[in-house]
Amino acid sequence: MAAGNPWSAIWPEISLGCLALLLLVLETVLPRAAHGRIPLVSIAGQLGILVALAFNFDAPQRAAFNGLLMLSPHGQLMRAFFLISSILVSVLARHSLSWQRVPRVEFHHVVLVVAAAMMLLVESRNFVMLFVALETVTVGLYILVSYYRSNPKTLEAGLKYLVMGALSSALLLFGIVLLYGVSGSPGLAGRTGEAMQYAGLAGFLEANPNNFLAAAGIVLVLSGVAFKIGAFPFQIWIPDVYQGAPTPVTALLAVASKAAGFGVLLILVTEVFAPYAWLVGPVLTIMAAATILFGNLAALKQNNVKRLIGLSGVSHAGFILLAVVSAAREPMAIGAVYFYLYAYLIASFAVFGVMTVLAGPDDTEQELGDYAGLARESPFLAGVLACGLGSLAGIPPFAGFVAKLFVFVAAFKAGHFGLIAVAVAGVVISIYYYFGWIRMAYFDDEAAVSPKTAERARAGAGLTLGVALAALTLGSVVLGFYQGPLWSWVFGR
Amino acid sequence: MSAPAFDPLLISVAAPLAVALAIALGLPKRWAVKLAYAGFAVPALMALGVWWQFGSAAKETHGYAFLSRYSTGLDQFGIGLKLGLNGISLPLFVLAGLVGFAAGLYAIQSKAERMKTYLLLLLAMHAGLMGTFASVDVFFFYFFHEMALIPTFIMVGIWGGRDRTYAAMMMTIYLTLGATLSLVGLIAIYAKSGASSFDLMVLRDTLASRPLGEVTQEHIFGLLLFGFGILVSLWPFHSWAPLGYGAAPSSAAMLHAGVLKKFGLYGLLQIALPLLPLGAAHWSHTLAVVAAVGNVLAIGLVTMAQRDLKQMVGYSSVMHMGYAFLGIAAGSVLGAGGVVMLMVAHGLSVALLFLLSTSIYHRTRTFDMEKMGGLAQHAPVLAGLFVAATFASAGLPGFANFWGELPIFVALWNFSHVLTVTALTGTVISAIYGLRAAARVFFGPQSTAFAQVAAANPPSDIGWGEKLPALVLIATLLFVGIWPKSFSAAINRALTNTPAAMVASR
Repeated sequence: MAAGNPWSAIWPEISLGCLALLLLVLETVLPRAAHGRIPLVSIAGQLGILVALAFNFDAPQRAAFNGLLMLSPHGQLMRAFFLISSILVSVLARHSLSWQRVPRVEFHHVVLVVAAAMMLLVESRNFVMLFVALETVTVGLYILVSYYRSNPKTLEAGLKYLVMGALSSALLLFGIVLLYGVSGSPGLAGRTGEAMQYAGLAGFLEANPNNFLAAAGIVLVLSGVAFKIGAFPFQIWIPDVYQGAPTPVTALLAVASKAAGFGVLLILVTEVFAPYAWLVGPVLTIMAAATILFGNLAALKQNNVKRLIGLSGVSHAGFILLAVVSAAREPMAIGAVYFYLYAYLIASFAVFGVMTVLAGPDDTEQELGDYAGLARESPFLAGVLACGLGSLAGIPPFAGFVAKLFVFVAAFKAGHFGLIAVAVAGVVISIYYYFGWIRMAYFDDEAAVSPKTAERARAGAGLTLGVALAALTLGSVVLGFYQGPLWSWVFGR
Repeated sequence: MSAPAFDPLLISVAAPLAVALAIALGLPKRWAVKLAYAGFAVPALMALGVWWQFGSAAKETHGYAFLSRYSTGLDQFGIGLKLGLNGISLPLFVLAGLVGFAAGLYAIQSKAERMKTYLLLLLAMHAGLMGTFASVDVFFFYFFHEMALIPTFIMVGIWGGRDRTYAAMMMTIYLTLGATLSLVGLIAIYAKSGASSFDLMVLRDTLASRPLGEVTQEHIFGLLLFGFGILVSLWPFHSWAPLGYGAAPSSAAMLHAGVLKKFGLYGLLQIALPLLPLGAAHWSHTLAVVAAVGNVLAIGLVTMAQRDLKQMVGYSSVMHMGYAFLGIAAGSVLGAGGVVMLMVAHGLSVALLFLLSTSIYHRTRTFDMEKMGGLAQHAPVLAGLFVAATFASAGLPGFANFWGELPIFVALWNFSHVLTVTALTGTVISAIYGLRAAARVFFGPQSTAFAQVAAANPPSDIGWGEKLPALVLIATLLFVGIWPKSFSAAINRALTNTPAAMVASR
């Protein structure tokens, strides 16, 4: 069959893999003095792939590798999403790693591999493929989370992520096995030997919409995915791991890993588990409400900004879940999910960028108090931070507002009025901590600026990161005023 | 109808925004101030020009003039930047232009710290205000409102007075709650109407032929009433207003109390009443009682008890909003017309009062009225302006406020005699606190505290930098007071032309 496999269909993933290997080769070949330039090679290479992807964006929908993968417009959108994320993570890492005494090149290598695996994850239409891609992502993240290994908090985070990640993989696998097993049982209508294939399983579920074992399998699979997106009650690992992980890795977890989870969830909910809407609907509805409330309430009292952004990320996961729930009844909600993910990416990386600059060497101890007087020391960083947080809070003229509006409209059309009420409460609560952060940077001008903040703010972001931050801020505003191009991509013309 | 070559509405939004952008990109301070004059003056000139031409401008559907539409790529959802003015939005657009101009002039002469950032935020707020009242698209109506709201919070937080951090957070949370509730209400109209458009004209057409069910209307109107009500300081959700205005820097308070706060009333008049007539009828009694007893009577008495001049002006604005709610509750063309007139008049007079109280503060170094007295000897012109502003605010004939309150009372009489008497008591209250404030600040013997301040640096009368914005405001108040038809003709036409549903339900 090898001759029939369209390797060219997965050229972005293959190029990322080759780029990752190239980095390792360069490290052994080049003299030590030139090693500092290898991350730039990584960034330039990824930008090249992104440009090539943009030129080949309008790929037709088609199955590849005997249905293991499905190439689709939304798949292209997520490929671009993961590429942009990994580029930004590399840019942040260049700044963050310069403070640490750890190997540099391997970090960039692993980021590339994780990005490629995430692409495969959301393209896969087969549970084996899904699991392999997921494990590649997770193993890469195990390494990255505990990368600053001299810091005990980082090691603790690595261990927690390992244990929790293994648990979630186990749940997912158990769910897959249950589904596979039950769909092969001889007594049942529509039994199939192709249950690893989404399409095969979907056919079986259609024929048996009330099977108890299948329902148990579905709940377990959903639980496994819920771990990845940090939805209640599987959000427990988030604050500790986000605080302990290096800031660029926190960004990767918060944005790309979460988006990958939602990509998978959206496909499962709309394409595979549709006959079990009686089960999936209520489960996700309760999950969304609890996630929004928990994330916002827990974020209220945080003083460590990494924990704060992690818990606020939990509430964002709740908002996206609201759109996913609505997707069962309202097709427009699918577009709303992707739009929200992009708006979240742009705003989050702006905030993570400022955090990276101000963190310096003490990566795990970033307190709200460190931001006092930032506006006086560096109006640029304070402005980027304010725009990023404003977008996360969902305030016009930033992209975050339009994203929330689409989610509300979708939820309204799908008739989830109770969830809208919860979401409104969430928005109002979130204003308190987002503005508390902005207030710290802008208002408390009499408070003493801590010397380390002043020093790092004056040192600035450097050229690459500075350009990236300016571009993100601009993107947030432009997308707030003019949503056309992105919307036509996410929604399909 | 797409885009005319010369679009005064777009220019009045874009001009302040462009200046703000130029300042953000690092314009030197000398140039920033000069350009800021242009950024504040252009919208005012455009507003006056538009007002002058409104009578003769070609009327298209629903009595809108100066229509234009720019695509933002969301046509599929019926969202687009559609600008235009009808008889209800025209007076508010002019109000925004003039108050913005006055607040801008006052800010430029104020010597605030970090002047560039201050002007940047004020210009962004001004652009938002012009856009709010020029938008025919409900999405952008809300969008521009938020764009004006956020700078307010930041200005209170950075340049505010006493308790500024607390006041800024309180305002932020209250107003976000109000805005979010009204957003959900607006989305509800969008989703339930089946029009799949945020265009107000399309929504009106659709709902005129296929009105929503009674229960749906009641629910959505309730959402909008609470959402917009919080934004307009409807009792008992008013407590952010005196606190916030007390702390806000004067230009921000002028723009927010004078113009931005009218957003909620404008939303109720322009969107909620015509689209949800049955919902309005359901809520009108509750609204009338709350507004008359809560806003007018209770807050009126609270206002009388204030010693702090700025807090008093803040509470008085909460009280006057009660009249506006009563006019809406009365539910007739006369009452609604009175509300529009009152919005304009109150916007001008409250902005003037905030401006003058800051000028007083610069001379007495305190807002505490017990520590003032006899300022008229030092600053006779300031005293004259303040007394005139108090007369206007109390609704004396000759000022625009009179033409706002009179029709509301007449309309209210047909609605409920008892509430009319309650509301009339309010005018007595507002005359009492206004005149007593003027007497305490300007006349009578100097308090010992003020005597010390006056001895240390003798207060001067107000200079042109403060006088000019004040004169702009007071001249408009008198102009509208003497020739109310300059606005009322357009208002009348707009209100009587709304789909028959609104009037028929009465």
